[in-house]
Amino acid sequence: MTPLPHHSPLAVHGLSVTYGDKPAVRAVDANFPRAALSAIIGPNGAGKSTFLKACLGIVAPLSGEVAFFGQPIAQARARVAYVPQRASVDWDFPTTVLDVVQMGQYRRAGLWGRLSGAARTQAMGCLERVGMAEFASRQIGQLSGGQQQRVFLARALAQEAELYLLDEPFAGVDAATEHAIMDVLRGLRAEGKSVIAVHHDLATVEDYFDHVFLINVDRIAEGPVKTTFTAQNLNAAYGGRLVASTPTTLIQAAE
Amino acid sequence: MGAEFVQFSLTPILIGTFAAMACALPGNFLILRRQALIGDAISHVVLPGIVVGFLVSGTIAAGPMGLGAAGAAIIAVVLIEAIRRFGRVEPGAAMGVVFTTMFAAGVLLLEQSGSAQVHLDVEHALMGNLEQLIWLRASGWQSLTDPAALSALPQELPTMALACALIAALILAFWRWLKIATFDEGFAQSLGIPTGALGFGLVISAALAAVAAFQAVGSILVIAMFICPPAAARLMTNSLAAQVWWSLLFAAASAILGYVLAGYGPLWLGAQNAVSAAGMIAVVSGVILALAAMFGPHRKGAQTV
Repeated sequence: MTPLPHHSPLAVHGLSVTYGDKPAVRAVDANFPRAALSAIIGPNGAGKSTFLKACLGIVAPLSGEVAFFGQPIAQARARVAYVPQRASVDWDFPTTVLDVVQMGQYRRAGLWGRLSGAARTQAMGCLERVGMAEFASRQIGQLSGGQQQRVFLARALAQEAELYLLDEPFAGVDAATEHAIMDVLRGLRAEGKSVIAVHHDLATVEDYFDHVFLINVDRIAEGPVKTTFTAQNLNAAYGGRLVASTPTTLIQAAE
Repeated sequence: MGAEFVQFSLTPILIGTFAAMACALPGNFLILRRQALIGDAISHVVLPGIVVGFLVSGTIAAGPMGLGAAGAAIIAVVLIEAIRRFGRVEPGAAMGVVFTTMFAAGVLLLEQSGSAQVHLDVEHALMGNLEQLIWLRASGWQSLTDPAALSALPQELPTMALACALIAALILAFWRWLKIATFDEGFAQSLGIPTGALGFGLVISAALAAVAAFQAVGSILVIAMFICPPAAARLMTNSLAAQVWWSLLFAAASAILGYVLAGYGPLWLGAQNAVSAAGMIAVVSGVILALAAMFGPHRKGAQTV
């Protein structure tokens, strides 16, 4: 077995995850590029979120190897930020927007370390980047879906990571939020950081992303959007549900 | 408020207050994690443990009964987790199965112990014996500085105070982890926080509170104190730290007010006998929750300023 490449922010070899007897992800290889925006694409239940969680060790994989910057996750946590699905948490939790963002700093501060005034300023800067600074003292339950998603992104920014893993960052958000998030992600890419997002909207893949990874339990295809985001690959990923011959018409069929 | 108060009311009120606060502390997190039922489950499952401890030791000493209860709580937590994982049922159902079965086993055991000379019955298990935890040796407030009198304090008082302090220390020590893992478990795991062990630790501290409080105040009070003060506190504030302080305040207020009302309330109304203190404390905590639900500033849908 060849060692996983060190230059890749996330490289995966033979990753399998099962829920009970049902395979969720089967013997998947992946190799995401640095300083690029990558999309993980596939139908519902294709194992996209599971793939991310297994890479991070949140769900235990059955087998396989995962390397972040050539290292196992335990040694790379400081370099990786994860944004779970917005719907996975209870937004009625008693806390404020700024407090959630500062959760991104807890790793550096440790269990008992003090969060300094400088940390607070940094967290405010992250809120500024996502256009949420004026909501800093708001209770999180009062936010709209788009605003919640921006707060989650700000928390990831506060981690000052090099790789950002986002699970459905555009699910149920307004157009303004989608633009704001894309601006931030492009900014990260310009800084040489890498982004991997689970994405469900086929219509925006070519606009938003450089690299695409298609999965439907098995790895279907992976590569630059230009050469990999093809009708043939989409058909393979989405099964017989898509029958058109070009990506543009495929997108219509998918919706 | 003299010698008689110190002798007959001070220690039960203090024990009740420590018990209520010990339960309210982990209750805050259990409620936010939608695991409030765990407190309920634990207060039920400790019954067979207490009975086994009693049957084995033959006395109602706190040591063996506490050990039995702690063992039962741990067995229950493991069983619930096992049934949830391997049976693939939702946590509520897994808990329901385990705690009713173990409580039923406890009741059966209790009946079998009926021939023993020492008193241990269902009423005691439900209501506790707060009123009996008096400080006979005390002769007034000055006894608080009298080593001879202090040595005759009911042993439940230091036990309960210690349990309360231990739980507070644990929650303080792991505050940040608890907060992140309760709000966003997936994110907490991505930071490397051992959320499984943390959740287990939380349940164990809830079990510790339940076991320590059970003998003194019975299972009704234990259930009420896990749920009512934190649930009322959530309606008073939008900050987790403030919520925990409010819950401690409500727990103490329920204990003190409940004890006083149970002891003197019926007399004020012209009745002859005091009512169960544990029952009244649970009622007061329920009333506080109802008031918070009606007037609390941070109810769902309430106008926030």
